[in-house]
Amino acid sequence: MLQRLLMLGLLTAGLAHGGEAPGRTPRPVVEPATAGTQCVAPPEVMRRNHMDFLKHQRDDTVHGGIRGAKFSLKACIDCHANQKTQSVAQEATNFCVSCHAYAAVKIDCFECHTSKARTVAQGAPK
Amino acid sequence: MSRRGFLGVAAAAIGGVMLAPGIQLIEIAQAAAGSGPTPGANPKVRWGMLIDTTKCEPGCNDCVTACNTENGLDPKPTPTSSQWIRKVEIKEIRTGRASSVPVMCQHCAEPPCVDVCPTGASFKRADGIVLVDRHTCIGCRYCVMACPYKARSFVHEPLTEQVPDVPRGKGCVESCTLCVHRIDKGEKTTACAEACSKAGHGAIVFGDLNDPDSEISRRVREIQTTQLRADLKLDPGVRYHGI
Amino acid sequence: MKTATETRNYWLLVALGGLVTAIGLGAAHFMELHGHIVTGMNNQVVWGLPHVFAIFMIVAASGVLNVASIGSVFGQPVYKPRAPLSGLLCVALLAGGLMVLMLDLGRPERLVVAATHYNFTSVFAWNVILYSGMVAIVAVYLWTIFERRFNRYTKAAGLAALVWRFVLTTGTGSIFGFLVARQAYESALLAPLFIVLSFGWGLAVFLVVQAVMYGWNELLLKPEIQRRLARLLGIFIAASLYLVAVYHLTNLYFARQEAFEAFILLGRNGGGVYPLLFWGGYVAVGSVLPLVLLFHPKFGDGRSTLVAAAGVIAGAFAWLYVFIIGGQAFPLEIFPGHVVRSSFADGAVDHYVPSLPELLLGVGGLGVAFVMTVVGVRVLDFLPRDDAAKA
Repeated sequence: MLQRLLMLGLLTAGLAHGGEAPGRTPRPVVEPATAGTQCVAPPEVMRRNHMDFLKHQRDDTVHGGIRGAKFSLKACIDCHANQKTQSVAQEATNFCVSCHAYAAVKIDCFECHTSKARTVAQGAPK
Repeated sequence: MSRRGFLGVAAAAIGGVMLAPGIQLIEIAQAAAGSGPTPGANPKVRWGMLIDTTKCEPGCNDCVTACNTENGLDPKPTPTSSQWIRKVEIKEIRTGRASSVPVMCQHCAEPPCVDVCPTGASFKRADGIVLVDRHTCIGCRYCVMACPYKARSFVHEPLTEQVPDVPRGKGCVESCTLCVHRIDKGEKTTACAEACSKAGHGAIVFGDLNDPDSEISRRVREIQTTQLRADLKLDPGVRYHGI
Repeated sequence: MKTATETRNYWLLVALGGLVTAIGLGAAHFMELHGHIVTGMNNQVVWGLPHVFAIFMIVAASGVLNVASIGSVFGQPVYKPRAPLSGLLCVALLAGGLMVLMLDLGRPERLVVAATHYNFTSVFAWNVILYSGMVAIVAVYLWTIFERRFNRYTKAAGLAALVWRFVLTTGTGSIFGFLVARQAYESALLAPLFIVLSFGWGLAVFLVVQAVMYGWNELLLKPEIQRRLARLLGIFIAASLYLVAVYHLTNLYFARQEAFEAFILLGRNGGGVYPLLFWGGYVAVGSVLPLVLLFHPKFGDGRSTLVAAAGVIAGAFAWLYVFIIGGQAFPLEIFPGHVVRSSFADGAVDHYVPSLPELLLGVGGLGVAFVMTVVGVRVLDFLPRDDAAKA
């Protein structure tokens, strides 16, 4: 009985402290987006749910033809593209790759979608 | 309170706590929907094309070039490159009469490619455009086998430098989209039709076949048109005059 | 009690099969990494050599279960001891064939998508359920055979397996039969043709495996059993030949199919390798020669049967190559009555040449089936026991 209480206590303590302890665990370095812009949702919400938002919207776009809604991938890229590479996935420090490499979650979005901002991607007006 | 009663209240309370965030999300979703996106595919519309081959020159590739540029395709195609539209030079064997015909996905009303796709990636949209949802395509190439018009291409190698409006990648199948990215934003015509009329040939007309007052509907009422392989009864949305 | 030599030989076989499989997986990885541009396939021939191997294995898997069906469902005593091996081979071939098919996909990592998104007008979608269901049903069937107290359910399980594999093979034939666009396919005859082909190919595989296993374990197959199986194979070969003949004769009758038939049967318009494979491979080596070896009084012994079965398998690969690849190499007829030319090879015959990665992947599938069979026979009681005497 005492053993069980002890284990429960340790577990709770571990869970409570898991998100803190600065300096002990490496964090991804997330590049800031284009200056003066505001993301369509708060970072905590995006961090947890961006995959669901994108997945739901892609069906609306591809099957329903609804373009330019709130969670448009092209709009994300336009804001979050790195100033120098103009991409969100070209180098290891670019926006999408930095977090995904840290979390070891492979994404295949950019096998089809260009990772470049619309101003510089293929077909951009000169 | 009995034990049963207590459990009942606790279950209701937990149920309420779990449902509340869901209800909140539904509110957020409804709020998001009304903020400026395009209206989407209209089921009352049927997009189609009329191609007047009497206005097509054998050497002319304006429609092909325009499509390649618009969609980021290979300007110098090899046997493994995707070709969404191509000019087919035909000559009738018995009479010797020759024509030059642009052929692309015919956007059938009864598309065999949609029937055979195991995952439903190949689908017909509400407005008649036949597309490939590359998120769901597993690259089995069954639709390539099924298409009577050789409209579909398989992407044989990793791609880079895609056009932002036209995502395409290795391992998926693709074909002419009737410039769906333009149509959805309200533009009135496809890249190939636009290039053809800008160059002064006027061989390709794009429009709504369900609208009796559209230019394409008026023209198909006036002149004789055929559908390719009409015997298959697939009812393509692309019609040809002059063959 | 297994001797040391037997154990060593077993591990050698497993290592060999494992190596072949590993090479096949490596080839698949190479193809996935670089895209199908490293293969001989292009936008004209999209299904190449891997499909030939895969469809052979899948059709043979269905047919090899015939031996079990004749025993369990039709009650023929000679076939009953052969039912377990037949079931094992079914699962092994199915596994190998499906592995090749799935690894040849443009996006094999999307298998979960295939398993969760179903378009039920597609035979492929049905096949996902039919093939995995087949494995489950055969597993249950084998269980009723091995577990003595369930032996009374063997007939019902065998009947379920029989019905299921008829639906499965009909589905396999219909993959092609439903394609209205292509002159090589678009025929309702293809479903029953594939069923009859499955009987012959499945029994041929069974006979080869049985002969090798008996030889390896120094067992003797009773001549009357061997003759009976040989006659059955002969009947299946004749039935297949009949349906293939009807298929081609009907096509020859239709004026619009004439050019395609001349391409396949005579090699007109650049069909060079196809008549060679069809007449030499399927008809001669795969049908006529085996029929002679099986029925002529001068032959009919164990060795002749083995050679005949091997010939049937070779003929099967030849027929499938002509059917799958020849059917794609011949151009689509979009403008009947016209000669056509374009940048997309309209009107042009495609000269597909299989590449090494494709061959390695296909053989890798055979390797999987081989390893599964070897391990299965070693671990469980699959070898047919009909009071066989030591040679």
